[in-house]
Amino acid sequence: MPAREPKQRSHTFEEVALGFGVDQAIEEANRCLSCKKPKCVDGCPVMVDIPNFIEAVRNGNLSDAAHILKEKNSLPAVCGRVCPQENQCEGLCIIGKKHEPVAIGALERFVADWEAAHIDGSSVVHPKPFGKKVAVIGCGPGGLTCAGDLAKMGYRVTIFEAFHDTGGVLRYGIPEFRLPKEIVDREVNYVKSLGVEIELNMVIGKIHTIAELMESGFEAVFIAVGAGAPVFMGIPGENLIGVYSANEFLTRVNLMKAYCMEEYDTPVITARKVAVIGAGNVAMDAARVALRLGADEVTIVYRRTEAEMPARLEEIHHAKEEGIQFQLLTNPKQILGDDKNRVCGMECIRMELGDRDEGGRRRPVPIEDSEFKIDCDMVIPALGNKANPLLTRNTPGLELNKWGNIIADEKTGATNIPGVFAGGDIVIGAATVIEAMGAGKRAAFAIDRYLRGASLDAEEELSGLPAEKQGA
Amino acid sequence: MIRILTKKTLVPKIKEYVVEAPLIARKARPGNFVLVRVDPKGERIPLTIADSDNGQGTITLVVQEIGKTTTMMGTLEEGAELLDLVGPLGKDREAPPGGQVIGFVSGGLGVAPMYPQTKACYQAGNRVISILGARNKDLLFWMDRIEAISHETYIATDDGSFGIHAYAAQVLEDLIQKGTRFDEVISIGPVPHMKACTNVCKKHGIPVVVSLNPIMVDGTGMCGGCRVTVHGQTYYACVDGPEFDGSGVDFDELSARQRTYLSFEADSLLHYQEEMEGKKHQCALNPAK
Repeated sequence: MPAREPKQRSHTFEEVALGFGVDQAIEEANRCLSCKKPKCVDGCPVMVDIPNFIEAVRNGNLSDAAHILKEKNSLPAVCGRVCPQENQCEGLCIIGKKHEPVAIGALERFVADWEAAHIDGSSVVHPKPFGKKVAVIGCGPGGLTCAGDLAKMGYRVTIFEAFHDTGGVLRYGIPEFRLPKEIVDREVNYVKSLGVEIELNMVIGKIHTIAELMESGFEAVFIAVGAGAPVFMGIPGENLIGVYSANEFLTRVNLMKAYCMEEYDTPVITARKVAVIGAGNVAMDAARVALRLGADEVTIVYRRTEAEMPARLEEIHHAKEEGIQFQLLTNPKQILGDDKNRVCGMECIRMELGDRDEGGRRRPVPIEDSEFKIDCDMVIPALGNKANPLLTRNTPGLELNKWGNIIADEKTGATNIPGVFAGGDIVIGAATVIEAMGAGKRAAFAIDRYLRGASLDAEEELSGLPAEKQGA
Repeated sequence: MIRILTKKTLVPKIKEYVVEAPLIARKARPGNFVLVRVDPKGERIPLTIADSDNGQGTITLVVQEIGKTTTMMGTLEEGAELLDLVGPLGKDREAPPGGQVIGFVSGGLGVAPMYPQTKACYQAGNRVISILGARNKDLLFWMDRIEAISHETYIATDDGSFGIHAYAAQVLEDLIQKGTRFDEVISIGPVPHMKACTNVCKKHGIPVVVSLNPIMVDGTGMCGGCRVTVHGQTYYACVDGPEFDGSGVDFDELSARQRTYLSFEADSLLHYQEEMEGKKHQCALNPAK
């Protein structure tokens, strides 16, 4: 996919990837073999009918293509941009065995953007939902997907969001240059156009408990509050000024728009040399944001090697192009501060890969006496999140695992409380956007069954969800 | 709609707002706070709920105008609306069951967040001894309110312009010296005030609770910006607090972290004042205007 020049883009928040033009999209669509038994669909958590939408692109029927996408996916412009396609649809593409797989993600993005530019969404009138009331907690990708799917089935859905704006991680977490907020607005507006109500500034667990929601007429609840509580390493110096959790750094910049301090009031420290700890997508985002805020040097510090880095390939590639440094097989030991309690460096130790752990990954082991100092004035741990206790602490009887995550059925999202379902980060700890969306979709299906009094456990239906069920 | 029903200037630069917020009023408990935003480009600022009235569906906020957001809020008149109001947040604080001697020691603005706890403690049948400290007489407010829910009330100013000429912590020390036996002390106010009160209590082996006010963004445990060290452990003040055992708090760290953005905050206020006079500021990095 075409992208902006690294030198130029590393100083602005404008979107990096530029997307296909029509000719390019049709050319790419022509590479698809239209497999009879398409493997790619198996790799998609929301089961998009990939061969059919690509077929429509090939024939130039872009509005049909958009329709096919949206039958299964309420947020295609988001997925086309942030899904780790190499591990999902594209990872299973038959052509990919010998050549580059079909660029399914880029095609999805192209179709969604084409639709936004050519079809006035507000002119499409969706039937007004009439059915039972469902509460969705959290307006991130999981919540939006579940709400959209339920509204399409005719349920009256209200999303309760803790922040003052919609989108969850799509807004506070993923930066503008990777996912423009205009696109988040567009997708949220689509979900609203289906009849979904969104109530902002509502911290469920505090202002209402789940029991109160059920008493007030909601017959089912889907919990998709995300993870929250950022993980720190527990090393000395983590509370120095200039140490930000990636959550805080990104929220300040993305949600509160601290990158634009002339106009917006929320500040963020500007640093000369930044060390980001971790190598997932969030780490890449934080590193590239730091660069755009004007840092001279940004380094990813990671205790394993490039092969184990969990980020999407495209993000690693873009980060490298923009000049992000990688300090691999390196683990922080302590963050060093000056007399004003501000970060002035970080002591690290070199690592090597040792024996494999239970998960099959080789465990990083410190090399004795290999300590060295990294010069930096900002440190951003991007090490994932613990379960946020706010909602669960105030929901007596809800079963949690030892890490505080909600225990929910993998296929249906059902928790131990009847009518209460959960999915996304609050269940699996660290999910991707598309995994959360998949959980939202499965929960919507199960909630429908629950509200109709059918058994939740309907595996065959889950994998082959008939189109008319979608009501689209 | 989050309407401001009444607005009162308590002392110069400190205003009391009664805000329409029935859902929050229903759930507000002593120790809780809210986050407020007054402008689409503005910050989220934490404010302790200084009082609430479930019957009227209102909460009371007391705000000192020190930065841009609080100064902007000061320009809102009765009938105007707050842009965003989130809460109630933070852990609830249970009042002792009764029969205990509890000291409430406030510094400056701290009297406002202290009020709901003092009231709950008084109503639960404890003996309440309140000490209100302020820099000078022009910064004292709510003395009558506190007196009405205290068995003993002491007022002190740093400069002696009203009441006892001493820091509030010194008044606490003197009371203890003279034989008052406190079962617990609650201290709320600026960090040096809470630190001084904590030192007095530690010296005499009295349990002390402080209400910490670090910088926050989301207030729901998601960003970790409000982390504080208590007994060597890191806690998030927004979900684990904001009240902690004072004897374990690293006040120096808190005070350093509170100063993180001092220069930004000064710039932001200056820009705001300039804008009020007609000067425009534009952003170079923002693609969407």
